Amino acid sequence: MAFVRVLLAATMLVTAVVLQTVVVSRIPLPGATPDIVLLVVVSLTLVRGSTIGCVVGFAGGLLLDVVPPADDQVGRWALVLALVGWFGGRAADAAEGSALVPVFVVAVASAGAVLGYAAVGFGLGDLRVTGSSVLHALPTAVLYDVLLAPFVVPLLMRLARRVEPSTTYARSFR
Amino acid sequence: MRDTRRRRLVLVVLLMLSLTLIALGGGSSGPGRSLRSFGGAVFGPVQRAVAAAWQPVHDLFGGLSRTDQARLQQLQRENDQLRLAARANQYDHSRAAELDSLLKIKDLGGYTIVTAQVIGIGPAQGFANTILLDAGTQDGLKVGMTVINGDGLVGRVKTVSGSTATVLLAIDPNFKVGARLADSQQIGYASGGGSGVPLTYTPFNNQQLMTAGEPVVTNQDANFPGGIPIGAIGQVQGSVGTYGRTATIRLYVDIGSLDVVGVVVVPPRTDPRNAVLPTAVPSASASTGAGTGPTAGSSPGAGARTGPTSTSSPSRS
Repeated sequence: MAFVRVLLAATMLVTAVVLQTVVVSRIPLPGATPDIVLLVVVSLTLVRGSTIGCVVGFAGGLLLDVVPPADDQVGRWALVLALVGWFGGRAADAAEGSALVPVFVVAVASAGAVLGYAAVGFGLGDLRVTGSSVLHALPTAVLYDVLLAPFVVPLLMRLARRVEPSTTYARSFR
Repeated sequence: MRDTRRRRLVLVVLLMLSLTLIALGGGSSGPGRSLRSFGGAVFGPVQRAVAAAWQPVHDLFGGLSRTDQARLQQLQRENDQLRLAARANQYDHSRAAELDSLLKIKDLGGYTIVTAQVIGIGPAQGFANTILLDAGTQDGLKVGMTVINGDGLVGRVKTVSGSTATVLLAIDPNFKVGARLADSQQIGYASGGGSGVPLTYTPFNNQQLMTAGEPVVTNQDANFPGGIPIGAIGQVQGSVGTYGRTATIRLYVDIGSLDVVGVVVVPPRTDPRNAVLPTAVPSASASTGAGTGPTAGSSPGAGARTGPTSTSSPSRS
């Protein structure tokens, strides 16, 4: 069963990374690119808790760092999405499941990811991190993710729950 | 809830791991570099396949930015047949026009190019100024090669895998290229300013006269092809003779609507000077003779290879 769970998470992440890099990124939307990987991380952390969420976030972030057209220091998205996975799971534990929790977690996670990535970049002396570039990406990043969340997150959570139905947040929906 | 020590340990270990990766040189050296080339090798073919499968949908919904649409509308007015064609067909036409202008620029400059399709764009939330091309080492691409389209300079190949290549766009703050003012023939360098910020032209001496609207082209050196139109001088900061004098460059290429691009795999043997500029040579400096010399005639057979055009642009037909 553990193998199936890992396989499912890996499949979700790989699919998300490929879709995000070559399909979603080319849709001519202003501002940021909808972050499918983040939606996968949030979905899994809501079902499986913060520890697994942290691992999934790290793995998904590492893929984003490594798969072209990524260009930055490898480890930046891994760091940020590991934190997103961890805190996303914690938030869900605390909230004890209302229907709005996934959307709320996605909104906070999305904003946190942009700001976290910017903060790490700022610390590393990334010239591209400026007030205007953060402001350019932040509102649309949150908006797109929040708009996608009601469609994508419940679907992914149902998939994850089918493989492993017994965890904290999942129970609250039954 | 059950926040055991083990659970925290996972977080701490993973955070340390990512920080270590970052500290070990990120993507430019160390484990990050090999991880990235591994990622490129593994994901490249998948990304190309998915992008090719997605292309018809992309075409159907336009896949176009506003500037392209303006051009498209003009074409529509001129051509009844085009107006009646399906949207996907119209996109083909627009892409053919893009390819046309790319081939023209290639001929004028004597560049040997490999054409490629943009299949991915770096996300704004990652502050990326990169695009992904469906051509790689298999097509003769190497790191450092110059990328152009029909309007001029696009960027430079940053990393390359077997089947894909990542291009650092000219707008990136880390992008620098030797530049020459087309009219006065004086040299300096152009550097990116970031997304939404114009490029900066920095002259090598502060006596240069920089006039608004003057075209800026790349300056040929050992490994950078010359004569590629970069943009036109915008605002000039500082007066002649003062320290730190710069000017902004309005980029010719519309970074937001890149589609078909060309990678210069062999630079021309001689600098094409101003031959590639859209409006030939402004009359003011015709006396230099630079613009009249190497026109299309000077690009010999060597510049004729057009790479895997078939693999990229007409992906469906």
